[in-house]
Amino acid sequence: MNYFSDRWHDLLPNLGDLVVAGLTQGAIYALIALGYTLVYGVLQLINFAHSEVFLVGTYASIIVWGWIGYAAGDGNPVPALGTVILLLGAGTIAASLVSGGTAVLIERVAYAPLRRKNAPRLIFLITAIGASVAISELVGELTNRRPWGVPLLVEPKTQFVIDPGMSINPAPVTNLQIGIVLSAIVMWFLLDTFLNRSRFGLGIRAVAQNEDTAALMGVNKDRVIMLTFLLGGLAAGVAATLYNLKIGTISFNIGFLLGLKAFTAAVLGGIGNLRGALVGGLVLGLVENLGAGFFGNKWIDVVAFVILVIVLMFRPTGILGDSLGRARA
Amino acid sequence: MLLEIENLDVHYGRIQALHGISLSVGEGEIVALIGANGAGKSTTMRAISGLRRPSTGRITFGGEDITKMRPDRRVVAGICQAPEGRGIFSGMTVQENLFMGAYTRKRGAQLNADLDHVYMLFPRLKERRRQPGGTLSGGEQQMLAIGRALMSRPKLLLLDEPSMGLAPMLIAQIFQIILEIRDQGTTILLVEQNAQQALSRADRAYVMETGSITREGTGADLLVDPAVRDAYLGVA
Repeated sequence: MNYFSDRWHDLLPNLGDLVVAGLTQGAIYALIALGYTLVYGVLQLINFAHSEVFLVGTYASIIVWGWIGYAAGDGNPVPALGTVILLLGAGTIAASLVSGGTAVLIERVAYAPLRRKNAPRLIFLITAIGASVAISELVGELTNRRPWGVPLLVEPKTQFVIDPGMSINPAPVTNLQIGIVLSAIVMWFLLDTFLNRSRFGLGIRAVAQNEDTAALMGVNKDRVIMLTFLLGGLAAGVAATLYNLKIGTISFNIGFLLGLKAFTAAVLGGIGNLRGALVGGLVLGLVENLGAGFFGNKWIDVVAFVILVIVLMFRPTGILGDSLGRARA
Repeated sequence: MLLEIENLDVHYGRIQALHGISLSVGEGEIVALIGANGAGKSTTMRAISGLRRPSTGRITFGGEDITKMRPDRRVVAGICQAPEGRGIFSGMTVQENLFMGAYTRKRGAQLNADLDHVYMLFPRLKERRRQPGGTLSGGEQQMLAIGRALMSRPKLLLLDEPSMGLAPMLIAQIFQIILEIRDQGTTILLVEQNAQQALSRADRAYVMETGSITREGTGADLLVDPAVRDAYLGVA
């Protein structure tokens, strides 16, 4: 009784901050979750190597920023707006290309040969985990297992303050937080539009719903699958760049937990459903931050996974349920 | 001959589904493939569309060997199938389903004209064009499956059990439309369990039993063939 009322008193003043931080973190989960959900929707495969698709993206944008002349700890001042836009553009493009390329490579090397041999589903899962470990370890070797610093490109500046009054402290919202959440929404919107409006999107949905009939209509399944991996990789690249802006250092093993969280977000929202990935990501970020505020920071991951278990007990298909193919029905 | 199948063997794992079947379909014909459940009719259709690789044998289409061609290339070459069970994309609208049929084609005036043509053949589909395919009745879904296949402008239309699960009146209507489609220049290979309907409409027909072709002839001949009558027409 007292425990909970004490906790509540700890939490309440920070409620606004926790919500803002949670949504920001959730937006990153959402962007990564899009990749899990896309691939699952088409192949019913959980691409556990997607966490490393994200990982290589984080390195790609840091490398490109270094080429342009902005490395961590080089004493450069925070660049001016024009330069920031250039850096963000270059970083996002580099990360998306590298992440997208890696995703397609994983599909070609790790999954396509198994598909041709009609391997059982379990084998795909083991291969996925194998690919994940292999990439993460490769990055570890290349970086001597040392963390890399991320240059400070965007100084977080408060844009506005949410002041809910009562005993809740006013919560500042920074440019970075706004940018991250908006990027996730824009990326989801672009993917959703692509899937529902373009010819290739129609093909992806067709394979997701009924791959045999899709083939009878002239859809090249292999090409659709590659495209699906590519799209998920592009979103992961965007996530990687945003993550860099938010975080000071990265290392070869950051993919694992983030990937797991993003996968959780996808399942939470309803795996196979794009909107579910967005909702699931935001909800997960929100809930785990509130949980951390309530129980203490060290419980953040416990809260995240307990929430997953509870939601799935009552709604096994996730919050929005539904699959990629049936997203519009 | 537009389509020629020679000595086709198809295996599912260790089980042999087709035993050296040969058949042909000439341009402008309606050819029926009849037989009991599990005789290998649908397997034959899947092999023609490229969903099943034959272990031996040859398929030629318009003189070209397509035995190893990818399914999507076969659609471009002019083979399209309305599969068994209709294969409607239940989450897509009726119109999206029709566009799926035209997946390999360029969008444009010709395609829109074909869409209008399908809507003319099946006015019900036009009324329901914004509805998800999964909400249609069985008969409407069959019309959609046929219309969708037509959207690819096939030279050869493969119809797998178009009458399955339909009321007799609807069956007659579907067969009427099949004749119309043929008259407009599309060759048709038809798989049916409803042998009476199929044989009375087809120019020629093949009878399949346990993975082999056991009889062939004109539809009219097979209709009066005592063995066929006995086995498939329910006439003792």
